[in-house]
Parts: sequence; C-alpha cells; structure tokens
Amino acid sequence: MSVTEITSAEEFRKVVLESQTPVVVDFNADWCGPCQMLRPKIEKLAEGGAKIASVNIDELDDLAEEYEVASIPCLVKFAGGKEIDRKVGLLPEKKVAKFVEDTMVGSDEAEVEEA
Amino acid sequence: MDYDVAIIGAGAAGLTAAIYAVRAGKKTAVFEKLVAGGQIVNTPKISNYPGTPGISGAAWSQALEKQASDLGAEMIYDEVLQLEQVDNGFKLSTEDESYTARTVIVATGLNERKMEVPGEAKFIGRGVSFCATCDGSFYKDKTVAVVGGGNTALSDALYLSDLAKKVYLVHRRAEFRGEFALQEKIKTRKNVELVLGYMPIEVVGDKRVTGLKIREREGTLEKTLGVDGIFVAVGKIPSNQLIADLVELDEAGYAITDDKCGTKTPGLFVAGDGRVKELRQLVTATADGAVAASSAIDFLA
Ligand SMILES: Cc1cc2nc3c(=O)[nH]c(=O)nc-3n(C[C@H](O)[C@H](O)[C@H](O)COP(=O)(O)OP(=O)(O)OC[C@H]3O[C@@H](n4cnc5c(N)ncnc54)[C@H](O)[C@@H]3O)c2cc1C
Repeated sequence: MSVTEITSAEEFRKVVLESQTPVVVDFNADWCGPCQMLRPKIEKLAEGGAKIASVNIDELDDLAEEYEVASIPCLVKFAGGKEIDRKVGLLPEKKVAKFVEDTMVGSDEAEVEEA
Repeated sequence: MDYDVAIIGAGAAGLTAAIYAVRAGKKTAVFEKLVAGGQIVNTPKISNYPGTPGISGAAWSQALEKQASDLGAEMIYDEVLQLEQVDNGFKLSTEDESYTARTVIVATGLNERKMEVPGEAKFIGRGVSFCATCDGSFYKDKTVAVVGGGNTALSDALYLSDLAKKVYLVHRRAEFRGEFALQEKIKTRKNVELVLGYMPIEVVGDKRVTGLKIREREGTLEKTLGVDGIFVAVGKIPSNQLIADLVELDEAGYAITDDKCGTKTPGLFVAGDGRVKELRQLVTATADGAVAASSAIDFLA
C-alpha cells in the first residue's frame, strides 16, 4: 500500500471517515520542512501495510480548520469516523510506527504469515 | 568495539563529521532521535550557506543525509539515552540496545526553551507554537502573541505581522535584546502592540488556545490577552544532558571544548551549536563536524 493522497473533502469522507478500519491522516504542506523529512518514513510504513492518508492543508484548508490542525506535521488517527488520537510535531521513527500500528490491515494475519 | 566513531545527532555538525570519518575509512554510526537535519529542517530557505543559495532546509538536510549514508555511514534512528566510558571507549545506550565505540562525537545541538507555564504543554499544536515560519500561515487574520525579546522573537513578530490581524509582542523587560534594525522595523508595524515588562503566567483555552495570561514583572497587575495563537521565542537550551559528567559545561549549559572540539574526556568530542562559540550557524556547525572528525581520526591513529 502507498499513502493515499486526499484531493477533496468527498475523498476524505470515503477514505478516512467511512473506513472500516483505523486510518492515520498526515496533515502537511509543501513549505513545511519537518513534513518533508517525515514523509519517507510515513511512506515506508504505508508500504509495510499501515493505512495512511495525506492531506495538504493549503489545498484542503477547510479540513485543516475542521479538525483544528494548528501546527504541522500533525498525525491524526481516525476510527469510526471520529478522531481518536493525534500527534503534533516531529516524532521518533519508532513512535510513528507505534502510532500507526493499529491501522495495519489484518496485521495479525500478516504477522502469522511472516512467522 | 562496534564502531570507530559514534556520532550522536544527525544535524549539520553530526552528518558532516560522518562524511569525514567514513572517508578516512573509519567504521561510523550516526544516531538520530528524530529526523536528519536538526534545526535547519524548519527553514524554508537558506540564504547564507556558501554554494547553495535559496535551498530549503529540508532539501539541504536530505542531500546531506544521502551524502553521508552513500559514503557508508550507518544511520541509526534511535535516541541515545546514556553515554558512559568503558575500557578503550564508550558505551551508548538506547531504549532497547547498546553499542560500543572507540570515539564519540556529540552533535546534539539545541532545543527550544519552553515558557514553563501552566497550559503550555497541553496546547502545543493547538495554538502554542515554537516556529513562526512553520505555523504562521494558520493565523491569517487572527490575533497572536509572540513571547520573547531576542532576534527570534522580533523576526517572528515581523513575519507574523504580515499574516495576522494583530500581534502582541510580550517581553519581560523594558527593552529588547534583539538587533536595533529589527526593533526599528517592528515600530513601523501598526498591527504590532508591544507589551513590555510582562511575563507569561498561563496559557488559557478549552479545545484551543483562547488567551495568554500575563503578569507585570515588577508589580502585581495581571491581564489576559485574547489570542488565537502563542509563538514562544524565549531562547534555546543546549541538549547536553548526556555529557554533563564527561564534559565541562558553562553556566548556560554549553560544552567547553578546545579548538579541536576536544573535551576533558579523551576520545569524546563535541561539535556544533551545543558547544561554546560565537556564531551558531550551519557553516560553523559543518566546520565543527569536520574538525571533530579529524580529531577523532587522530585519536584513533
Ligand atoms: C528557524 C531556524 C532558522 C535557521 N536558519 C539558518 C540559516 O538560514 N543559515 C544558517 O547558517 N543557520 C541557520 N540556523 C541555525 C542552524 O540551523 C544551526 O546552527 C545548525 O542547525 C546547528 O547544527 P547542529 O548539527 O549543531 O545541531 P542541530 O541542528 O540542533 O542538530 C542536532 C540533532 O541531534 C539530535 N539529537 C539530540 N539529542 C539526541 C540524542 N540524545 N540521541 C539522538 N539524537 C539526538 C536532534 O534531534 C537533532 O537532529 C537556523 C536555525 C533555526 C532554528
């Protein structure tokens, strides 16, 4: 899986709010240096099976406002259409991995297969 | 020993040290708790580093990290929690692992100083910010406070005055410490209100910041400024906790070294913003990295 680039509020609703499993949304912007540095790590986790969507706050400023994002990078975890957790600012790689852990689609099965 | 040279911190100083150490054939690891680049990743544009005018801090950091790791430096994304002297070298411990190295270069840089008032920690990312260029655009046509009196506070206030409706500049003294030219510029901004002689005592809000409570420094008068955002620019503190017992620190916590970045502990070097020096910039951080690496290489010879 790769990071899903959200391009509209409609897509946000489908991919994030209506998702059957938890999703982490990475709120970011092109001018945000820490966001650029975090991005490769987020991509790696998405490739590893984490469900992550990306919202550019300049393109979708209504969403940033609705979810009261006032500082980026900002990772917000959604489940059942609601925010359940968030992390603001740069985080150690391990903590990012931990934060997205429960978005791993069928993470249990994947672990069994690998074992 | 796992490594000839272990470097703590992948900022400008640490990554430059890595380039010099690996090119000298030394087995080198760089430990980084967050992301490569350190403080400079926050800067949209670097204008004064020789040879790369206008590059963003993130692009510069990515290029530097790639250069170091392509040359063979091992990048370990983990926080070093403890540094101890052992026979013939040092032991570095992270949460789950420990590593040994014959020499260590500490390049852990600086951290933002906090206001240390109630509400500050709770509202980080919900109105409290330590970086105007990063978060300023969230406050278009809003009211913000900048806390501090040095160059960072003054330039933050200037930057924000172009975006926000109103900027309070709160400083505990009657005079600013920052450059005269910046002070003069501030005075020309109609939407900047100076609140001098007051110190912050509490960040107030519910879901988000709604105000900053302040108190007279030499009095008892208290008031609350109604603001949507608070930009904290009260200085930086060196991240030298790891080496407090191994290195001489000055009263502000900066490491005292000789001109080869050496410390009182043989084999332990300090490079970058965390050491006592006049100018804290990329060019001096990278210079320190090169010097510290060559000192480590000499030590290993
Ligand atoms: C907003 C801003 C703009 C700036 N603009 C410019 C500019 O235009 N030009 C210029 O020349 N300079 C500029 N500077 C200054 C420049 O960024 C610094 O001088 C330089 O980054 C110092 O590099 P450093 O390697 O010493 O430390 P830092 O950049 O502070 O890097 C230290 C690194 O060590 C890591 N670390 C700390 N403790 C540990 C630990 N225990 N374990 C593992 N890792 C650890 C940190 O996460 C960090 O990545 C700017 C600074 C700021 C804040």
